[in-house]
Amino acid sequence: MTIYIEAIVIGILTGSVYALMSAGLTLIFGVMEIINIAQGALVVLGAYLSYALVQHFHIDLFLGLLLTMPAMFVLGVLLEWFFIRPLKRDRTMFSLLVTYAIALIIEGALILAFSSTNIKLNAWYVNTSLPVGDFYLPYIYLFSFGLSVILLTGLYVLMYHTKFGTSLRASMQNRTAAELIGINVERVSAITFGIGVALTAAGGMAFGTTMAFNPGSSYDLISRLLVIIVLGGMGSLRGALIGSLALLVVQDVTSVAWSPIWASTVFYILLVLLLVFRPQGIFGQLEGRKQ
Amino acid sequence: MKIAKIVVLLALLSAAILFPIFSSDLALTSIAIFTLMFAAAATAWNIFAGYTGYIALGHAVFFGSGAYALGIMCQRWHIGHQLLGTGKGDLSILLLHFSADYAPFALVPLAGLIAALIAVPLGWVALRTRRHTFIVVTIAIFFVFQLLAFNLRGLTRGSAGLELPLPSWVYPFYNFPFYYAMLVILLLALAVSWWVRHSKYGLGLLAIRDDEDRALGLGVKTGPSKLGAFVTSAFFVGMLGAVWAYFLGSVFPQSAFDPLFDIAIALMGFLGGMGTLAGPIIGALLLEPTKQYFQFLPALLFPNGGKGGDAGGFYLVAYGGLFLAIMLLLPEGVVPTLSKWWSQWRASRTNTESAPDDTDASNQPAPVAMEQAGTGEEVNL
Repeated sequence: MTIYIEAIVIGILTGSVYALMSAGLTLIFGVMEIINIAQGALVVLGAYLSYALVQHFHIDLFLGLLLTMPAMFVLGVLLEWFFIRPLKRDRTMFSLLVTYAIALIIEGALILAFSSTNIKLNAWYVNTSLPVGDFYLPYIYLFSFGLSVILLTGLYVLMYHTKFGTSLRASMQNRTAAELIGINVERVSAITFGIGVALTAAGGMAFGTTMAFNPGSSYDLISRLLVIIVLGGMGSLRGALIGSLALLVVQDVTSVAWSPIWASTVFYILLVLLLVFRPQGIFGQLEGRKQ
Repeated sequence: MKIAKIVVLLALLSAAILFPIFSSDLALTSIAIFTLMFAAAATAWNIFAGYTGYIALGHAVFFGSGAYALGIMCQRWHIGHQLLGTGKGDLSILLLHFSADYAPFALVPLAGLIAALIAVPLGWVALRTRRHTFIVVTIAIFFVFQLLAFNLRGLTRGSAGLELPLPSWVYPFYNFPFYYAMLVILLLALAVSWWVRHSKYGLGLLAIRDDEDRALGLGVKTGPSKLGAFVTSAFFVGMLGAVWAYFLGSVFPQSAFDPLFDIAIALMGFLGGMGTLAGPIIGALLLEPTKQYFQFLPALLFPNGGKGGDAGGFYLVAYGGLFLAIMLLLPEGVVPTLSKWWSQWRASRTNTESAPDDTDASNQPAPVAMEQAGTGEEVNL
């Protein structure tokens, strides 16, 4: 029984990290109607930035976020400016390919800069654990859970208690109408993209401490993130949260109850089953006709 | 006009048929084989995605299924070279060799059929969703299959991979059968694509792309239509996977179910022009050799320096950069952009030159308009 409780607890703790990464993805989708395939590669880039800060400047992982998150925010705004904004028609499809190309370039640049060997982020809290009842919880899981809670709360406050958040939600609901009432949707889009990318810096750091990674880790990540946001309903922040926790809990419980090699398969199959009955995901809205 | 078109097409076809005879370079014919494979895959993908507007990013599922289907059939039924002991060189052995070497090709359509059968339930589930969700569902299904290939060890032998029979062909001839197999599949896919484009069924698919609910309201059976196109494209991609597996001689989960394959065929379709007949082929002709070139370039630039991983990094940056440049400079794809330029040029010429020549002027604009309707304009809808 304990192992199941442990699996569920660890699933929730690590799920919060995925919530960070997928929140960015689902926000970007909600506002701009584009799927940012580069999100996985950006997570890996975030992890490598933290790694570089530790290696060269001996800056603590969590403190380093104060540098990497603004840097990634600027990168996000620039990416939106140069590569997403010029796409005028058929944005959904072209943005898929453009962001995929960005992902390839990031992956290639990371291989050139860091080679393709596996690395892992390290700090004192990565290797020590806190005894809780019958099992041990690594401190890093607790710390990254705390980080995720803080950042997601910040995101919530930004979205629901600021003027920018109101414009953001208006742009999510109806882009054209938001433009008509005088919201600068392009500016909102750029900032949203920046926020989504900045969140990957934090997500990447937490990811890199719990798992060994290399520049090619992005494929596995992006598939999981995409599945999470489809499960939750695309464009729904709440859905991304629930989807992340569900993914990690189901995976951890499956690997304890059955076998680790089937962990993600079970989740994907659950997703497909869900879509048979509820094609729009848990919190998604049915797609209306788009004229 | 029409005769010129037929002559050009025949010339292209004969160039494609004669190509391997004039170039005995193995590297060159290998690149040609991959190019034909991607041209056929992109054409097949276009039958579904280009005409219905549903972007499927999981066709590697069918590619891998076809590859594994052939591998497993050859293994279980002892087909191909393993059948033979040591050849003694007399005529009967030679004939046996001959049939053993070509036997896997006979199984290729069966492998395609298996891929198509797999596509039926997958398509049924995935096509309940639309637009972005559909894209993501196809990606999810793709990863399920990659995991299955790793995990179903009894069937696929997991990451150890499957061996396929090794044909007894020797150097100059070795690539020929694969080249022609790919060419035949490409021509078949092209014929089906042409038929769909010019049939009532294809009109239904295009109506789905433009407005699915309205198409349903007008009596297009959208569900079966979409599924039919999905399964058809899976059939061709499955056959390609089977030929590819026989060509390489071994199948591994990560190479048979390759996310780059999904993206590559979509990119070729986009680049050439979605929903056009020639578009995917032009996209493949432009992209695949470029990709191969960038893969080999680092080896040429740094023949004895640099680690293998670094060369891969260089390739990814160069390929991704090229890919970005194309997307931003030719956002409508090559065929629609060129046909737009062509018709603009034609229009400007007819405006200036043929004003006094009224018999010709009345005839001239019509084919232009037709051509635009056939290739360029419908992409804009």
